[in-house]
Amino acid sequence: MIKDKLKVREIIAKRVAMELHDGDIVNLGIGIPTLVGNYLPQDVHIFLQSENGILGMGGAPKAGYENKDMNNAGGLPASFLPGAAAFDSATSFGLIRGGHVAATVLGALQVDEEGHLANWMIPGKLIPGMGGAMDLVTGAKKVIVSMTHTKKDGSAKIIPKCTLPLTSIRKINLIVTEAAVIEVTENGLLLKELGPETSLEEVINSTTAKLIVPDDLKPMPITV
Amino acid sequence: MVDKLLKKEDFIEKLFDGAILMIGGFLGDGTPELLIDEIVKNGIKDLTIIANDTAFPGKGIGKLIDARLVKKAIVSHIGTNPETQKQMIEGTMEVELIPQGTLAEKVRAGGFGLGGILTPTGLGTIVEDDKQRCEIDGKEYLIEPAIKADIALLKAKRADELGNLTYNLTAQNFNPLMAFAAETTIVEVEELVPKGGVSPNEVRTPHAVVDFLVRGSCK
Repeated sequence: MIKDKLKVREIIAKRVAMELHDGDIVNLGIGIPTLVGNYLPQDVHIFLQSENGILGMGGAPKAGYENKDMNNAGGLPASFLPGAAAFDSATSFGLIRGGHVAATVLGALQVDEEGHLANWMIPGKLIPGMGGAMDLVTGAKKVIVSMTHTKKDGSAKIIPKCTLPLTSIRKINLIVTEAAVIEVTENGLLLKELGPETSLEEVINSTTAKLIVPDDLKPMPITV
Repeated sequence: MVDKLLKKEDFIEKLFDGAILMIGGFLGDGTPELLIDEIVKNGIKDLTIIANDTAFPGKGIGKLIDARLVKKAIVSHIGTNPETQKQMIEGTMEVELIPQGTLAEKVRAGGFGLGGILTPTGLGTIVEDDKQRCEIDGKEYLIEPAIKADIALLKAKRADELGNLTYNLTAQNFNPLMAFAAETTIVEVEELVPKGGVSPNEVRTPHAVVDFLVRGSCK
């Protein structure tokens, strides 16, 4: 498994980018998900939707070109692209909850065998709040979890059953880590691809959830 | 005609200790900073704040938290403000967390004369605790009651003297929803223009729900 922090982030972002299609409306979470936009194939143009009320968000503006009224959902200066639309929070979540967002990419603290996700609080320790995550996971057409395969101490994040408060009872669709691509299926977690320089044993040893290993297990089609 | 323009010194007369306030903004973007500064200066306390978040220390609603004027915060997110988390853990401030889309709809319902909304968000999570479920066409939803406030403090880009409002980009967020949901709606505006100075097509909040306007700065 690759340990280098920057490479890990690059692998995950590159692989998630392959899941997006030209014309998709996509909501990217803070952190690794934000990087996905940097790795889209040249013929894939997506519309970024941001909870704070914009469809067609662009990247960070050049220094000196910030607009105090144009930020991303993390509160950092952002830009808007030609064709962008600005709206209020009810409309923004109408897009999200109403199933008009093709995909949401977000981080996780835990994902379990049933495809449930916990990503908004650690009771007694860390309580940032759910923000828009519960609506996104409940309403987006496709939910992609992008995260490091394990916690910093090496313990598993893909586990038999979430012990932290759930974000939604809606099952997520896909997990992308630096070590694996895992699809949530009716029968359980299907291991589809192995990350660069990663063995099947490494994935199994760093995952406590049961994985279905198919005969046609593939390497991730990316280079770093 | 009623003159809605309020000097910032007179604005504070409209507030009172223990008030329930809705405050527009998303991490400070679209928050009426000048009105917040006046509240801090006058030490209006024991406030209940309904807002998306508590921004950052020293910014927007964060200034009210820094000054310990907030008794309860009803918000979707406090992750950007360690001071909010500190006061919550100390037990000096109560925090009620609500999913952002649900919060927007609860506010909208409050202002639009609805008793509440039905949403799938939060089903089967701790958000469901103490709430009722209902089933429609075989699908389950949570019943989320509407919320209202004593006073809404909003920020708009431009207003005409009647109080017709426009907003700018991501500074819009909760502002147009909250405008309907409070007994008294007070708006800090960057530009004030004569009646007719905002095209009917541009108006995002009609003047009927705006009680007072306070001239802000454009920075």
